[in-house]
Amino acid sequence: MRAPDGPPVTAGDVLLSIDNVSLSFGGVKAVSGVSFDIRKGEIRAIIGPNGAGKTSMLNIINGFYHPQEGVITFKGEARSRMRPHDAADGGIARTFQNVALFRGMTALDNIMAGRTLKMRRNMFWQMLRVGPALAEEVEHRHRVEEIIDFLKIQEIRRTPVSRLPYGLQKRVELGRALAMEPELLLLDEPMAGMNIEEKEDMSRFILDVNDHYGTTIALIEHDMGVVMDLSDRVVVLDHGIKIADGTPNEVKSNQAVIDAYLGVAH
Amino acid sequence: MFYRETGQFKSSYAADMQIFPIRQDRIALWVVLALAFIGIPLLNAFHIWPFGSEYMLRAILIPFLILSLAAIGLNILTGYCGQLSLGSGAFMAIGAYSAYKFATGVHLPFGLFDLSIPPLPMLPSILLGALMSAVVGILFGIPSLRIKGLYLAVATLAAQFFFDWVFIRVKWFTNYNSSGSVSAPDLNFFGFVVNAPIERYLLCLVFVAIFALLAKNLVRGNIGRQWMATRDMDIAAELMGIRPLYAKLSAFAISSFIMGVAGALWAFVYLGAWEPLAFSIDRSFQILFMVIIGGLGSILGSFLGAAFILVLPILLDQVPHALGVPISVETVSLLVFIITGALICWLLIVEPRGFARLWLTGKEKLRLWPYPY
Amino acid sequence: MIAFGQFLEVLVSGLLAGVLYSLVALGFVLIFKASGVFNFAQGAMVLLAGLALVRSLDFMVGKGLPFWAAIVIALLFAAVVMAITAWMVERFVLGPLINQDGLTLFMSTIGVTFMIEGGAQMLFGSDVYPLRLFPSDAWFLFESSFPGGILVSKIDVWGGMIAAVLVVGLALFFQKTKTGRALRAVADDHAAAQSVGISLNWIWFIVWLVAGLVALVAATVWGTKLGVQFSITFLALKALPVLIIGGFTSVPGAIVGGLIVGAGEKLAEAYLGPFIGGGIEYWFAYVLALAVLMARPQGLFGERIIERI
Repeated sequence: MRAPDGPPVTAGDVLLSIDNVSLSFGGVKAVSGVSFDIRKGEIRAIIGPNGAGKTSMLNIINGFYHPQEGVITFKGEARSRMRPHDAADGGIARTFQNVALFRGMTALDNIMAGRTLKMRRNMFWQMLRVGPALAEEVEHRHRVEEIIDFLKIQEIRRTPVSRLPYGLQKRVELGRALAMEPELLLLDEPMAGMNIEEKEDMSRFILDVNDHYGTTIALIEHDMGVVMDLSDRVVVLDHGIKIADGTPNEVKSNQAVIDAYLGVAH
Repeated sequence: MFYRETGQFKSSYAADMQIFPIRQDRIALWVVLALAFIGIPLLNAFHIWPFGSEYMLRAILIPFLILSLAAIGLNILTGYCGQLSLGSGAFMAIGAYSAYKFATGVHLPFGLFDLSIPPLPMLPSILLGALMSAVVGILFGIPSLRIKGLYLAVATLAAQFFFDWVFIRVKWFTNYNSSGSVSAPDLNFFGFVVNAPIERYLLCLVFVAIFALLAKNLVRGNIGRQWMATRDMDIAAELMGIRPLYAKLSAFAISSFIMGVAGALWAFVYLGAWEPLAFSIDRSFQILFMVIIGGLGSILGSFLGAAFILVLPILLDQVPHALGVPISVETVSLLVFIITGALICWLLIVEPRGFARLWLTGKEKLRLWPYPY
Repeated sequence: MIAFGQFLEVLVSGLLAGVLYSLVALGFVLIFKASGVFNFAQGAMVLLAGLALVRSLDFMVGKGLPFWAAIVIALLFAAVVMAITAWMVERFVLGPLINQDGLTLFMSTIGVTFMIEGGAQMLFGSDVYPLRLFPSDAWFLFESSFPGGILVSKIDVWGGMIAAVLVVGLALFFQKTKTGRALRAVADDHAAAQSVGISLNWIWFIVWLVAGLVALVAATVWGTKLGVQFSITFLALKALPVLIIGGFTSVPGAIVGGLIVGAGEKLAEAYLGPFIGGGIEYWFAYVLALAVLMARPQGLFGERIIERI
């Protein structure tokens, strides 16, 4: 599937590209003929007014929706549709617009669940929980504790996530995605509903993830200040069509974008 | 004051990941185990109340242990993996009848593929019977990949009614016994024949202790997290690479396996001779209630729920009797209906995680006692 | 000709028996449509309504009231019992459980089932009580075409007619009345319905009341056919596969599903039964439902659900 012994990818190489992808539900077009790419190591923002097809785009990338047309190329491999499991296995992790944590589990267990794909011991070892199975569990606990330290959520480890305030839930969800050690991290409105301090914290975490781990990030965000500060490149969607693509400054001065956001007199 | 973990420092994650990280809890567990394995047999041997009588063992402790095991099985499926099942009775029945067939010799006259297995010893028979139950569990779990919740409940009802019918109508399973009832073979384990009530009790205890530990290990390990993730938010779980196929079907398999063991024990050790009615839909509901009342998603809760459901009718019968106002058997059974139903509604409203969560909350309070802040 | 006559007879009796399943299934659909609650207690409600009816009827006939007056009073009494039940269920169980997920609500109705079953039998007794509201003899149709004719039980025909009236009435209620529209609004979105001033508690009471009255109607037919007894609740369980086949949200689905199950199990019993040991009726409906689930999870008439995240 993957080509581990292919040429090494350097920063700036294309990690994922979307070519002419269209998705519709019944007669409703959610995305039509969109093309853009995400380069290794960058922070790529996807913006647009409500209903522009941003979340649908993320759903296509990690295989939850299957587009009717177009090609998705991830790490050099072209396919007409991703499958959720392949996407996760290939290193795509994501957070959700409305927090989608496992509500009955503690913060620690939520993040540990992110390690699922990395754990190899089968059920019978787990049942006995001795030797290699226990060692594996401990090893992954170490990795998870690093993430917990990184996100500064040590004191809520054992708290069921349903009892946490919204901002912390978002942070645990980021932790769960990080536990997958993704190459591409999709963030769907990571700062929705947050106050200024929480937004600053979250921005710092996103930049740190990008810096420390070199994780490529694609994010959807409505706060233009955040988008302009964080992202390297921005793609703008409106009514399922790409209307602009470029650096934050290029996009900011693009007439089509201004029209889409402010509306034009018809 | 006495129940506090202050000063108990953990220097490794392994220590932090024990079943009971707090020392007092571990001591309590060892005390309970010592009482169960050594204390009760001693009390029984010296005829000391309340464990001196056969009644206590036969009518309370043995069914309590076996039904707890069945409740653990259902809790894995419903409490941990979120797949509602109304067919527990069927999976217990499959375990019981398959174990019976293995213990008395399997002969399938299929022409060319004549299959004959000589009678097997007791332990492999029970385990193979449970394996059959697991296989059928997987089969009936397949619809769970397409359907959820209530729809699945109907699929498990199909299992319940279908196997009720199979064990009544297909005489092969009852070795063509004309009455349709079946007598368990000798409980011969490695040459030792289990017979006296106290021996039967210890046999059940060994099974329950082993399977409870294995189940606990599973639910706190990777597969357990996959089950709970599937239960809480199946789509997010799938997008994280948790395969719904593997998570759900493994829950069905493990759950039915444990229920199969419980079914075999129920038939062989508790009943001795049984009819298909022993595993009817009433049994399924009884076990479901144990799980809901004891606590969805809790191994401890399975024990608490089983204890409650078993003790309630006995209390309703004995207490008014002792007070001099005996209630008729029929009234007791109707009262059990009403109280169980009301308790389920009440728990779902105030504490959906059942007695087990109330117990935990109590322990939290105790940790802080006597200074609650 | 004998074979075909027999086939017709089995088919007709199956279809008419299916109407009885439809009657119970209707109650399920009503509550599910209007509150998203899958009401396991519908069968228990049939038992309760039947017991209330037959016991008060016997009591008043025993007191020397004329039969027609006794029937009217007994029906009223049973309706009041169902109203009280609806109020209590809403007030003490579903009201406090507002905004819980479907599985929790479903399990709570299992609790309600046991409370109703226990309470009904404690109040009204737990024997088999014969009920005679409809003639229970049979017609023999087409005696000229088939030897012996086709046996059709009158009570089944009555059941069919009552079901038809009920469906038309319910359809009018849902489509034409203000309460009906409110019910549909609640079914779509609890919070949104509340925000436009619809009282959830009132709506839920109405729904459970209507479901209780549907249960009463089912009880009159079933009670006449089989006598009012506990085993009615097991027959009522068959409404579950009926719903799976018809779709949980569809009134026509409940009717067609009932007919399919009724005819299917009678035909299977008559033509497959002799080969695999009889008693197929016991599980046929469930296995049929399982097959439908695999092929078309939303049922024949249900709405397809698109998942979002």
